[in-house]
Amino acid sequence: MKADIVIIGGGVTGSAIARELARYNLDIVLLEKEDDVAMGTSKANSGIIHAGYNADARTLKGKLNVKANPMFDKLAADLKVPFKRIGSLVIGFNEKDLQVLKREKENGERLGVRGLEIIQGERLFVIEPNLNPEAKYALYAPTAGIISTYEFTIALADNAVINGVKVLLETEVVDLVTEGSKVTGVKTNRGEIKTQVVINAAGLYSDKIAAMSGDDSINIRPRKGEYHLLDKNWGNFVNHVLFPIPSKVSKGILVTPTTHGNLLLGPNSHDVDERDDPATTASGLDEVYSGARKLVPGLSRSDVITSFSGLRAAAEDEDFIIGPSNRVRGLIHVAGIQSPGLTSAPAIAEMVVELVKETLGEVAPGKEIHLKEDFQETLPTPVIFNEEYETGNLDGWQKLVKENPDYGEMICRCERVTKGEIIRAIHRPVPARSLDAIKRRTRAGAGRCQGGFCGPRVVEILSKVLGISPLEVTKKGAGSEILKACSKELIRRAGDGDEI
Amino acid sequence: MSRTTIICIGCPKGCRMKVESERGEIKKISGFSCPVGKEHARKEFENPTRILPTTVRVKGGELPLVPVKTAAPIPKKLLLPAMREIARIEVEAPVYTGQVIRKNFLETGVDLVATRDVKRETSDRARITA
Amino acid sequence: MVMRFNYDLVVIGGGPAGLAAALEAENSGIENILLLERDKYLGGILQQCIHNGFGLEYFKEELTGPEYAGRFIERLKGSKIKVKTGTMVIKISKNKEVLALNREEGLLTIRAKAIVLAMGCRERTREAILIPGDRPAGIFTAGTAQRYVNIEGYMPGREVVILGSGDIGLIMARRMTLEGADVKAVLEIMSYSSGLVRNKVQCLDDFDIPLKLRHTITSINGKKRVESVIVSQVDDRLRPIPGTEEEIKCDTVLLSVGLIPENELTREIGIDLDGVTGGPVVNEVRETQVEGVFTCGNVLQVHDLVDFVTEEGEIAGRAVSKYLKGEREWRDQPVRLEPGKNVRYIVPHRIDYRDKDRKRIKLFMRVKEPGKDVKIKLRDGTGKVLLAYKREIVTPGEMVTVFLPEALIDENMSRIKISIEKEGR
Ligand SMILES: Cc1cc2nc3c(=O)[nH]c(=O)nc-3n(C[C@H](O)[C@H](O)[C@H](O)COP(=O)(O)OP(=O)(O)OC[C@H]3O[C@@H](n4cnc5c(N)ncnc54)[C@H](O)[C@@H]3O)c2cc1C
Ligand SMILES: Cc1cc2nc3c(=O)[nH]c(=O)nc-3n(C[C@H](O)[C@H](O)[C@H](O)COP(=O)(O)OP(=O)(O)OC[C@H]3O[C@@H](n4cnc5c(N)ncnc54)[C@H](O)[C@@H]3O)c2cc1C
Repeated sequence: MKADIVIIGGGVTGSAIARELARYNLDIVLLEKEDDVAMGTSKANSGIIHAGYNADARTLKGKLNVKANPMFDKLAADLKVPFKRIGSLVIGFNEKDLQVLKREKENGERLGVRGLEIIQGERLFVIEPNLNPEAKYALYAPTAGIISTYEFTIALADNAVINGVKVLLETEVVDLVTEGSKVTGVKTNRGEIKTQVVINAAGLYSDKIAAMSGDDSINIRPRKGEYHLLDKNWGNFVNHVLFPIPSKVSKGILVTPTTHGNLLLGPNSHDVDERDDPATTASGLDEVYSGARKLVPGLSRSDVITSFSGLRAAAEDEDFIIGPSNRVRGLIHVAGIQSPGLTSAPAIAEMVVELVKETLGEVAPGKEIHLKEDFQETLPTPVIFNEEYETGNLDGWQKLVKENPDYGEMICRCERVTKGEIIRAIHRPVPARSLDAIKRRTRAGAGRCQGGFCGPRVVEILSKVLGISPLEVTKKGAGSEILKACSKELIRRAGDGDEI
Repeated sequence: MSRTTIICIGCPKGCRMKVESERGEIKKISGFSCPVGKEHARKEFENPTRILPTTVRVKGGELPLVPVKTAAPIPKKLLLPAMREIARIEVEAPVYTGQVIRKNFLETGVDLVATRDVKRETSDRARITA
Repeated sequence: MVMRFNYDLVVIGGGPAGLAAALEAENSGIENILLLERDKYLGGILQQCIHNGFGLEYFKEELTGPEYAGRFIERLKGSKIKVKTGTMVIKISKNKEVLALNREEGLLTIRAKAIVLAMGCRERTREAILIPGDRPAGIFTAGTAQRYVNIEGYMPGREVVILGSGDIGLIMARRMTLEGADVKAVLEIMSYSSGLVRNKVQCLDDFDIPLKLRHTITSINGKKRVESVIVSQVDDRLRPIPGTEEEIKCDTVLLSVGLIPENELTREIGIDLDGVTGGPVVNEVRETQVEGVFTCGNVLQVHDLVDFVTEEGEIAGRAVSKYLKGEREWRDQPVRLEPGKNVRYIVPHRIDYRDKDRKRIKLFMRVKEPGKDVKIKLRDGTGKVLLAYKREIVTPGEMVTVFLPEALIDENMSRIKISIEKEGR
């Protein structure tokens, strides 16, 4: 296989880059080791589109966040991703906190963040009635928003595919091939791909990818953040993203509604050793809960419907590392993309496009690149029962059921997802092939019963549509098969061995 | 003399009853609080039996399995051998509640019977069997 | 266009509760009845409860779950009740308009004069009890596993640890074992099993499956599939005791940690729920605060005996008929039934009607703690004992029922308090 450009990593970074590069006459392949895109940090974060007041203006984080924030209205509309500019409040309790808020405000204004305002007294509780009554001040940032992080990532990748990018799942880069000081290809578990430009967007593993080329300038330390997600009947309990006063390395344990109307609490922040250890801990979750209660004391743990954690890919000096490798030509690093990496993704992508143009000029001087005329900016409007229902478009849905009865069969009772929607998810440009992949695209299994009801039904649909045995259906890729055996198989085998 | 403890299942009290026996013959039963308990202890000691509810594979049915039971209790020690035997059975749909799947199952004098109707498959419930 | 229908009674849920309510309403003279069930088949949870132990009270014989449901489904065939399966109810409005969805008709709205809510319950998940750790495949609620094994025809695991020793956990321990899996242990955080003695003996002891009381899972390990669980002993306040951790290798965890009445639709109508039962607040005929909306079965209170579910369905069914025929007589003031000592809850919550034909009212309750040789005392507002019943044993796992004779219900009475006290003195 050959490609002009190989992108390693199907997180929000890699996917945004893929979509942006797809505007050009380039042959692009995106490689992802898991069975779906958005399986790393991009599936487990706070989902905040930060206003951008708190990063240092001299850092990439600072510049890219502020640049990217305004891009989200169009992006979300084009890609049909749930996004709401609900604004954020950093909450202060005393004079010392007020000083911090003032500093953040000034910093933000210097960066060009609009609408920042310090709110105090009565008004704070008018806009946020369930806030801790001891709160005194808040820095209000109206441009902050919330997005569904994995839906955004998937949509970017889908759009890239529609525009010609090849997304290869369950394809892990195991080595970089170099000749002299030039990249000539990547080795994967499924074979080699020849290319002159490799983009390293491997998140927590971006230092490992760098090391494959002998470049050991990057050193990623995983930093875990844990979350509780509350039932939808809590979705209106707060109206903004509520932050505490930030610490040096983290914006603290926040409380925010999600785009789907749940309430999210977290994250805490702890350095960990393992890069692939997303386990939650009892002490960590306690910390999250008590942290969130400092902002909103009325919370209740009995309505937690799921808990999860994400790992920040922190680089040595805490800033993003974006630029060509200083070891080999043709390798571009997009590493250390910790928060606000989700927010910054569209700006990172634009920056990387410029770097790619430069790099191509160096390694493939003959290659003439230009914008494609037929680039498809948008994704088709998704078919979502819950949305049609909530906006009252019942007749529209009725028409759909008449055309295809699968839209009349409710599979997920909690989130109201029909069979038709699930089958559609399996046929998306980046196809859903596991239970979790279905969940990220349709919300089936994301509700209060956490798939207890729809699980067996989704397994059956996946097996039929993909033409595989239910025994081969997984939760999240090979090794996570849901069922162990056909009925009677185990007992029959026990019988043959005559012991049990 | 040997002693066996038997927990009564007659009511939530769950009396712990003691059966004293010699060469398999009951000498004394104690610890019960009602006649039902005493009788249960005797039966559990001499010949414990259970109804076996399970499933049998169905061919051409709208469901892949039909629930079945032994129409009367069978000796407890036969439960696992019975399961192995049942694992080999496959019945053709349709199946009706009460239908005898195996007469005199494992020579116990008890029939294995279906406990629900399973119609022949008509629609899309075709299954892939691995 | 969305289809429109009119019915006198719409029953939501085709489990034993809904079946009994619909049949009894027809028996009592209601004609125009519609039963809606989201599953492809009627019978509710009983379809997957293939074990025996049902019907001893109602049919005076021991049936399996499917057989018990089958008897009512047979009766239904001989009735004029209209049934739509594969039909999910999505919303019920206060003015009793039901919105539902199915493959054949798409969206339908049904105007009803009366509604019976019989949606059953769902299972609590890992999150409800906050088990931290990895999120691999291989974690199932016991009921989901039961569906896979008994209906879908697949084994969800080979080496199994079960958390929760209620009847469902115990039944699944036996079921998995019989089908060739290795059940390593059943864990119970309390110091007693909430399941029936009979199930403990016949599901665990028969197969030498260890029951670890005062134990819980403190972590689940495994990236892709469950590899092991960490199990700890708990102290009197149910907190894990450090140092008691033990690792049990397994590929599957089954959770049997409680049921939650499925009341999302109910809540949307604006009906208040009882914080203890998780079900609606009802009067003696199982009517909610919205007149003409009744409820029965597990959606009202989690039952352990299906016979009581049927009984409750029949109460609701008869009540619908009286409501539609306008044959009801309100009391001047309701009698509130208040849980006292060692009573967790009482259903019904209050008595609203006068009824000369009725001889007594059956009260369902659950205790907080097990007790031996107790008296169940019913007191009026002044503290006077109206009536006392003896019980040799009460446990949280088994519903306690007593009768309140009509003759004792005084016209001026406004409350009755029930407590369960140690006998003597
Ligand atoms: C707790 C937490 C909260 C956060 N909150 C916010 C927030 O509110 N707002 C915000 O803007 N940002 C936030 N962030 C940051 C944001 O989530 C990340 O910056 C962003 O998701 C990084 O995306 P990525 O694509 O770089 O990495 P990832 O999403 O991790 O993607 C990297 C991908 O590369 C793949 N990969 C790795 N190695 C290989 C290989 N050898 N071959 C093939 N594929 C490989 C991985 O499987 C993975 O899918 C948060 C982060 C955390 C951890
Ligand atoms: C595993 C298990 C073992 C048990 N063992 C025993 C036993 O040994 N002996 C015994 O006597 N009892 C036993 N029980 C208890 C007894 O079976 C239940 O209490 C009883 O079945 C509850 O009946 P129900 O009709 O209230 O609920 P369900 O049987 O749950 O029926 C509710 C029905 O409503 C439908 N529904 C829900 N929402 C909607 C909607 N929005 N639209 C349309 N339809 C909807 C559901 O699909 C379901 O069919 C057991 C219960 C369980 C779960």
